[in-house]
Amino acid sequence: MAEINIRNVRKSYGRTQILHGVDLDFKSGEFVVILGPSGCGKSTLLRMIAGLEEISAGEISIDGTVVNNLEPRDRGCSMVFQNYALYPHMNVAANIGYALKVAGVPRAERDRRISETARVVGLEEMLDRKPAQLSGGQRQRVAMGRAIIREPKVFLFDEPLSNLDAKLRVQMRVEIRRLHKRLSATSVFVTHDQVEAMTLADKLIVMNKGHVEQVGTPLEIYHRPRTRFVGTFIGSPAMNFFDSTIAPSGKFVLLDGIQIAIDPVLGRDNADNAVSAGIRPEHCRLVKAGTANSVPATVDFVEELGSGRNVHVDIDGTIFAVSGDESQLFETGATVGLQLPSEHIHLFSRDTGLRLDDAPALKHNTNQSTVAA
Amino acid sequence: MNKRAVFKSRWLPILFALPQLLLIFFFFYWPATSVLTWAFSLEPAFGGAGDRLFVGWDNFRDVFADREYWQSVALSLVFAFTATALSMFIAFVLAICVDRQLKGSGIFRFFYIWPYAIAAPAVGLAFRFIFAPESGLIAVVNTWSPDLWNPAKFGSHAMILVIICFAWKWIGYNFIFMTAGLQSIPRSLIEASSMDGSGPVRRAIDLQIPLLAPTLFFLLVLNLTESFVGPDTYGIVDLTTEGGPNGATNVMVYRIVSEAFQGLNYSGAASQSLILIGLIMVFTFIQFRFVERRVHYK
Repeated sequence: MAEINIRNVRKSYGRTQILHGVDLDFKSGEFVVILGPSGCGKSTLLRMIAGLEEISAGEISIDGTVVNNLEPRDRGCSMVFQNYALYPHMNVAANIGYALKVAGVPRAERDRRISETARVVGLEEMLDRKPAQLSGGQRQRVAMGRAIIREPKVFLFDEPLSNLDAKLRVQMRVEIRRLHKRLSATSVFVTHDQVEAMTLADKLIVMNKGHVEQVGTPLEIYHRPRTRFVGTFIGSPAMNFFDSTIAPSGKFVLLDGIQIAIDPVLGRDNADNAVSAGIRPEHCRLVKAGTANSVPATVDFVEELGSGRNVHVDIDGTIFAVSGDESQLFETGATVGLQLPSEHIHLFSRDTGLRLDDAPALKHNTNQSTVAA
Repeated sequence: MNKRAVFKSRWLPILFALPQLLLIFFFFYWPATSVLTWAFSLEPAFGGAGDRLFVGWDNFRDVFADREYWQSVALSLVFAFTATALSMFIAFVLAICVDRQLKGSGIFRFFYIWPYAIAAPAVGLAFRFIFAPESGLIAVVNTWSPDLWNPAKFGSHAMILVIICFAWKWIGYNFIFMTAGLQSIPRSLIEASSMDGSGPVRRAIDLQIPLLAPTLFFLLVLNLTESFVGPDTYGIVDLTTEGGPNGATNVMVYRIVSEAFQGLNYSGAASQSLILIGLIMVFTFIQFRFVERRVHYK
């Protein structure tokens, strides 16, 4: 159990900056997921916590101790690597117990803890095997066993599920969550998979280009993305966007000449501003062409999902994805109407990409991160 | 359409291969067959290749009866094992340091490889200068106490000198292979072990040596054979100690050459060569049979 505090941490390789000043606090026992596209600096941040990567500037502390200059072994973290990093010449038992061997734990106790750990991760039958004789999921378990046997204060996961097939990934996701419940060590999990992020996180951190875009619970982030980037990155299919300008009255934005009502208070404060308006596919409604308050659209193509379907419609060159329910059938090329309920419209400034009704947060956050438009 | 070019000519390919064929003939098959004939025949009293007397195994009996010969075998073994151990150990330490990417490791990687490019006699000459007891860089130790270092007088000092020369030259070679081997170990394994709490020494013993075992085995075979029979050994001994003092560095290769071309005892030298070849075969066999089994191939 440990708190992690990250203060204005920066990382640069030569003249290239990877992290531009990150401030984060992880509470003890929290399951934190860092989500972002590849190259956003999430793994670098994790490796800096682990001590595998030098901290160019700023401070990381674990449980109140600044760890900037501590060796990895003195930080009380253990890590599960993306490619598992199992020792190929040692069998499962030796892999799991290596940390204890290094620490000089007596043989009898070591064996006891190895078999206990093997039971937790479900590997009791495999202790004599070499990593090459294991399947992907089993290797993953060995890696987890190796991490938990040390009873660390902090667990670090570096995209541990990305090498598994889809079915196994779902299963391991559940197991990781269960394991966390049982051990309740602070966990930091890095991933680029939004489903993993949403399902695992107590606290979700979205990063982009070396900046923290938003910190919050998965639902907060889903329902109130603080930036246009977060809106695009989370949710599948991605949020639909159209560029527009808020009418002088502040009551609507125009899409293809049709008025789309917006929150009047917000609109009044930002009248005449250039905005990027977003709406999630599941909040769009498809109606018969010509229905009041609907924008005429052409059905571009339909993706069948079994449980529903994604209908992609074209409004004058802009493609909107709509999560339709099973009852509605649309032919490609048909003309339909698209309704965009005002309560579900997210408005982002077109200049800064920041959410318009996030004013307090905006003030608080602009000094730590500039945002990609 | 047949796109392969076919050369009808017969003499052209032979002409192209000729330089290599000549080299192999003059420098391998010819000497090898004459060693075979010399080893089983007696050299005429006044030299020359004239009427040689076939003597069967007599030359070998002579060699085996010679106490000095057995001393030379013992010296060769001591030399081969110590020089191999020393050069492999130092090369490994250097390779590990370079692999850790400590400051300036790029430059060092470059310099460590150099010694191998220097011919053995040149190495010997340089070391003779450095280790000359009266005027070399090391001479200062003799001002502390006379004869603290004197390879011209003490056999053990002379042996140390040739071992250092050989090791110094072969460190570069071993270093290249070990560095390449270490770099092929996934970085994440090293990181995982440092998360598991192991320091650099522990990591080397638990991870890097076992994973490097195939490379280390290859180098072990090569270093042992090279130090046992290699031209480097001859060149270094010839330039530094000339087998002395009192035969203390008269290793088998050096003894063979000096017996053949200074003592002009072709028969004895030829039979010793055959024994040496036999020894090498035994050596290599033992290594492959017993050491290789313990080597972990990925």
